[in-house]
Amino acid sequence: MSALLLDDITCTFISRDDPAARYTAVRNASIAVGEGEFVSVVGPTGCGKSTLLNVAAGLLQPSSGDCKVFGKTLEGINSHAGYLFQTESLMPWRRALDNVIAGLQFRGVPKEEAVPRGEEWLARVGLAGFGGRYPHQLSGGQRKRVALAQCLILDPKIILMDEPFSALDVQTRQLMENELLELWAADRKSVLFITHDLEEAIALSDRVIVLSAGPETHPIGEFAIDLPRPRDVSEVRLTPRFLELHEKIWHAMKEEVLKGYRQQLKA
Amino acid sequence: MWKRLKPNRKNLRIYQVLILVLLLAFWYIGTNPNVPAIYFDDVNKAPFFFGEPLKVASRLWDWFYGGEIYAHLWVTLVETMLAFAIGTVAGLAIGLWLGLAPAWADVFDPFIKGANAMPRVILAPIFMVWFGLGIGSKVALGFTLVFFIVFFNVYQGVREVSPVVLANARMLGANNRQLLRSVYLPSAMSWVFASLHNAVGLAFVGAVVGEYLGSASGVGYLIHQAEGVFDINTVFAGIILLTVFAIVLDWIVGMIEKRLMVWQPRAGETERM
Ligand SMILES: Nc1ncnc2c1ncn2[C@@H]1O[C@H](COP(=O)(O)OP(=O)(O)OP(=O)(O)O)[C@@H](O)[C@H]1O
Ligand SMILES: [Mg+2]
Repeated sequence: MSALLLDDITCTFISRDDPAARYTAVRNASIAVGEGEFVSVVGPTGCGKSTLLNVAAGLLQPSSGDCKVFGKTLEGINSHAGYLFQTESLMPWRRALDNVIAGLQFRGVPKEEAVPRGEEWLARVGLAGFGGRYPHQLSGGQRKRVALAQCLILDPKIILMDEPFSALDVQTRQLMENELLELWAADRKSVLFITHDLEEAIALSDRVIVLSAGPETHPIGEFAIDLPRPRDVSEVRLTPRFLELHEKIWHAMKEEVLKGYRQQLKA
Repeated sequence: MWKRLKPNRKNLRIYQVLILVLLLAFWYIGTNPNVPAIYFDDVNKAPFFFGEPLKVASRLWDWFYGGEIYAHLWVTLVETMLAFAIGTVAGLAIGLWLGLAPAWADVFDPFIKGANAMPRVILAPIFMVWFGLGIGSKVALGFTLVFFIVFFNVYQGVREVSPVVLANARMLGANNRQLLRSVYLPSAMSWVFASLHNAVGLAFVGAVVGEYLGSASGVGYLIHQAEGVFDINTVFAGIILLTVFAIVLDWIVGMIEKRLMVWQPRAGETERM
């Protein structure tokens, strides 16, 4: 049984200005994430990656198809999942620490108990001592890490990540990627990881799914990544197998990118 | 030379005091019966129309020293605070409700627009009939002014909540009540405070206009009385008193805002070495 199954999802948006206009971002897309599996989704910008993730989170109702979480059809918010958003998601009126423990507070954990756990998590993402800052007093990368701590402190079984590291510099990024792999290896969560960086996808995942260009996006290829674990993201990039896989997946993607481009020219 | 005189942080107060002194001096000289008339044909006309600053000051002194003013000031203050408090709470509650229930907002839309477009000061005489000449009619007038300002801002604030912040809070497990407390309210607060500066002024306008149109106490009543006997100095004393009063109220709102809105980004927070 998959931890997360997107089953034949179609998402058609209705334009707000012109109720007759339709835009089908995703059509007949199926993606499965096994228990404890790390799956990455890559695809050209605007193809519908965030849309799919919103469906998996239960934030967006698909036009057709359904989303199954541990075998149960999802209704409303996916309470098994933690979500790292692509854009700013911290509450600007809460200090970093209060943001990290927000989920615990919503669950009724008393503050005396939540605060030490929040501080521990801030330290784990390298922000010990930054707990008193408001989001606007943090850098973009620091905010991303606060969001990471905010999500992981709740110990979700499924983690949905939407380009979480694209705002970070290369070094910090690799540190965070390794940290993520370590956390994931420690208690095998199911991860659906979205990125437009193919190297990042290969370095982290068990499986990489390539999406076609929009509109009517759907998966066009799935590649099992048989690189040995544990991996170090910066070292694994230099291995011959990595380069081989990269070559293979990039080949499939490139055709798709060009196809999408030609379609757009015709339209 | 000019560089030193240019207004900046340090000489700000000096400039402000200077302008005040100039205004007072202009007023004093222009209305002094011993100075030849510039505009009017008679030296006594200017003081008749504009009062004399020294007499205005002595009037104020008498009021406070003699203790006559405190009761009136208290009445005006109570009316203002009541209109402000009731209007703000009602505006906040209804603004939150309609902001969160767009279907009802659509239903009420024409009525709200109509009620807001109506020149509400016209209601003052009607309120006198309904609520009598006491505090009630003034509070009612102030309420109608305060309510709409706060209401529209809260409504707007609720609708402008960042959808991502909202989605994130929901993913973190917030239920509807928690969303209201942790996301909608704090997000609407910056809009509310922007409106409170206006609202406190309008509560005050409601109270004073109400008193002016019919009452037996309050600063507005004093001004009205003085106008009846062409006592222009008392009128000006009342106006100055009201102005100072309004500034103090606005300052209090500003202090509370500063306290509660620390999370907002502000320009220029670096220290210059
Ligand atoms: N609410 C909406 N209404 C209409 N169209 C939408 C809406 N949300 C997304 N779209 C469209 O759906 C497509 C997919 O959007 P999505 O945000 O999923 O892209 P993405 O793959 O995450 O892109 P990126 O990598 O740039 O983040 C886009 O073409 C976008 O314009
Ligand atoms: Mg996206």
